Amino acid sequence: MAAPILSITDLTVDLPRGGDRPHAVEGLSLEVAPGEIVCIVGESGSGKSITSFATMSLLPRSLKVSSGRILFEGRDILTLSESEHAKLRGHRMAMIFQEPMTALNPCYTVGDQIEEVFLSHTDMPKAERKAKTIALLEEVRMPDPPRIHASYPHQLSGGQRQRIVIAMALALNPSLLIADEPTTALDVTTQAQILAMFRDLRKTRGAGIMLVTHDFDVVAEVADKVVVMQKGRVVEQGTAEEVLNRPRHPYTRQLIDAVPRRQAEVTQDVSGRPVVLRVEGLEKIYRVPASFGRAAREVAALKPASFELREGETLGIVGESGSGKTTLVRAMLRLIDPSGGQVFVDGRDIASAQRSSLRSLRRDIQIVFQDPYGSLNPRRTIGDQLVEGPVNFGMSRSEAMKRARELVRIVRLEEEALSRYPNQFSGGQRQRLCIARALMVEPKILVADEAVSALDVSVQKEVLRLLAEIRDRMGLSMLFITHDLRVAAQVSDHVIVMSKGEIVERGPIAQVFNDPQHAYTRQLLAAMPGQGWEVPDISTLPPVSA
Amino acid sequence: MLRYLLGRLGMAALVALTVSVISFGLIYMAGDPAVALAGENATPEIIAQIRAQHGYDRPIAVQYLDWLAHALRGDFGVSPYFKIEVATLIADRLRITMTLGVLGISFALLVGVPMGVLAAMRPNSMIDRAALFIAVVGQAIPSFWFGLILIVLFAVNLGWLPASGADSWKGFVLPTIVLGYYATPAIMRLTRTGMIEVLGSDYIRTARAKGVPPRKILFKHALRNAVIPVVSLAAVQMGFMLGGSIVTESVFALHGAGYLAWQSISRNDLPTMQALILIFSLFYIIFTFLADALNAWLDPRLRD
Repeated sequence: MAAPILSITDLTVDLPRGGDRPHAVEGLSLEVAPGEIVCIVGESGSGKSITSFATMSLLPRSLKVSSGRILFEGRDILTLSESEHAKLRGHRMAMIFQEPMTALNPCYTVGDQIEEVFLSHTDMPKAERKAKTIALLEEVRMPDPPRIHASYPHQLSGGQRQRIVIAMALALNPSLLIADEPTTALDVTTQAQILAMFRDLRKTRGAGIMLVTHDFDVVAEVADKVVVMQKGRVVEQGTAEEVLNRPRHPYTRQLIDAVPRRQAEVTQDVSGRPVVLRVEGLEKIYRVPASFGRAAREVAALKPASFELREGETLGIVGESGSGKTTLVRAMLRLIDPSGGQVFVDGRDIASAQRSSLRSLRRDIQIVFQDPYGSLNPRRTIGDQLVEGPVNFGMSRSEAMKRARELVRIVRLEEEALSRYPNQFSGGQRQRLCIARALMVEPKILVADEAVSALDVSVQKEVLRLLAEIRDRMGLSMLFITHDLRVAAQVSDHVIVMSKGEIVERGPIAQVFNDPQHAYTRQLLAAMPGQGWEVPDISTLPPVSA
Repeated sequence: MLRYLLGRLGMAALVALTVSVISFGLIYMAGDPAVALAGENATPEIIAQIRAQHGYDRPIAVQYLDWLAHALRGDFGVSPYFKIEVATLIADRLRITMTLGVLGISFALLVGVPMGVLAAMRPNSMIDRAALFIAVVGQAIPSFWFGLILIVLFAVNLGWLPASGADSWKGFVLPTIVLGYYATPAIMRLTRTGMIEVLGSDYIRTARAKGVPPRKILFKHALRNAVIPVVSLAAVQMGFMLGGSIVTESVFALHGAGYLAWQSISRNDLPTMQALILIFSLFYIIFTFLADALNAWLDPRLRD
């Protein structure tokens, strides 16, 4: 095998005093060879991003490398000055970031920003810079490169912006490419295209790629080698085949075991049960008023949608961003006013109800949102926030408190959590508290809007299990909105697939996933990463000591 | 871009029209103008005569349009107190105020923006603390007192600069510092906050990752994004300086438009007051429009 491009030995990065541990990264060693994709996997806080930033010398000021070596093409980059390292960055080593929406300067055209790479590292004349940039835009498969060259970032979609960042990274043929969660913020079809691009690059350009991710499906899709990190340390590394199918470390096993299976664990037959929610022809049209020289337009964010939800059923609603799934939920709850259609709960129509009577109707439908950090008021105790709902509906405070204690136990937290503040809980714990809050008013229907998307896989698994348990125990019905097909497959009985504001396919989960009828559903399923990999049954592996 | 500017221009024109109605309406807000002009012991016949003479007996809409038509041609009538054409009177005074305003805002920007950038590059360092100190002092000192201190120091004791008058450029140095210093803290604080936020943003990290030299990151990538709110603030402050330089003008005995406004109010000189209100407001509208145009050029997102 060729000599490694990057070889990190015994790297330790200190955290500022008062952190939850002394080191962000401790004694890390890894190698990246030319033409190889090395995936660093771990949950949030494992130090995987810190490793990539240290290699790029982009660590925030508060973090310092305290020991170790980072050899890049034979030179220890930790001994380089800032300006010497700046000469390597963008030229010999390049990086792609997680958040494409904010990674580009809003004030300059994307062409200008790509050309800046040539400007910083070469003395290429202007015309050649532009020609090369257009060629790069073609290489990352952007439509109409000359037009894109003159576009500003806000005129491009997230996937397109990520391609611009990739074009920037590829501009000078770097020998090392570092990608930090490059597809996490993207839709599954865009993700598939970008992962395919990485595989091509490894072949055509022979670059070494270090890819940081939390997603084992992405690992299965592209990795040659895998490095698993936990709390700043490497717990296991090896070839992708070894680590994915025969993980040795208990932590790796736990992570892999938490990856949602493509099949539902248990599906129930709900056909005979009473209908608790009936949506008929619900639609939302936005009218864009006429302005200087532009005629008025109508944009259908949600085309007439109809479905039923039965008692104790979980209905999954899947679709990519912009597919209208969030509009559907908002119109259904009257958080926005629908343009037409009916929403029946217990025979009463929410869509046409007076604003004054909405309050009692909303009580039957409670919602858990995506962001567990933003959903709780940081300055009020959990107990206060939990009892607020039922007290508003006329329950006495002491009775509400009693119910809060019960629910906190149901979501598997201690009773004393009630007197604490949100910042004392982790993301997963907060999401459980959000669920408890939603259940306080005894709703008939629980809506989970991307409720587990922001959570690490092992936490995600716990929350999903908790939701299923609560559903069965309380006879709840659930609407589960997600962009993640695996998660949908695992929890739903029935599923609705949405695209461009329209329901394109619906049916029992197994039927839709195994025998998709609509072209969009097929495309969505085909784009799922990690198709060639069956999550191994951890219980059949030899014990850890082996 | 053109569509955006046309939209803003249309808006500015509407605001200007509204302001003209208000400043015209001033005549009637102060009571019957004919009675006021006629004096204390006037008979009803004399009042009626004055009313007819000035056209106050015509319908209000006709009077307004007549006044507006004249105003658009620069004719604001004759000042009853100064006994000369209001337009001539204001043109003369405005020259001094405009000079002072432009110099003042330039001073504030030239001091405030670099200080804000320096402070943001090293938050909580000595430079940052020093900048904060200067800003707090600037906000706390009343400008008439600061002006007097400067006069005592540079005019009386050192004799470098004149204490008053607008005869040469030297007369503008001290008033510029006083007026500009008052606007500096807000500009500096806003630049500092903006720069700190921008320097922590993802696209600055992207620029570093492509190996752009630090100086270029600071001036090309960061500053342009950070000054956008500063531009809007500077426009408002510029407008404020024109109308609010009255204290500074008094201290340095510069007879500018601010001083004229004070005189016309205390003498109940309606035509001059009307003209000044209209002109000050128009300047506000123009500066705001220019700031919008500049910001649209700086930030492409504002154009669509």
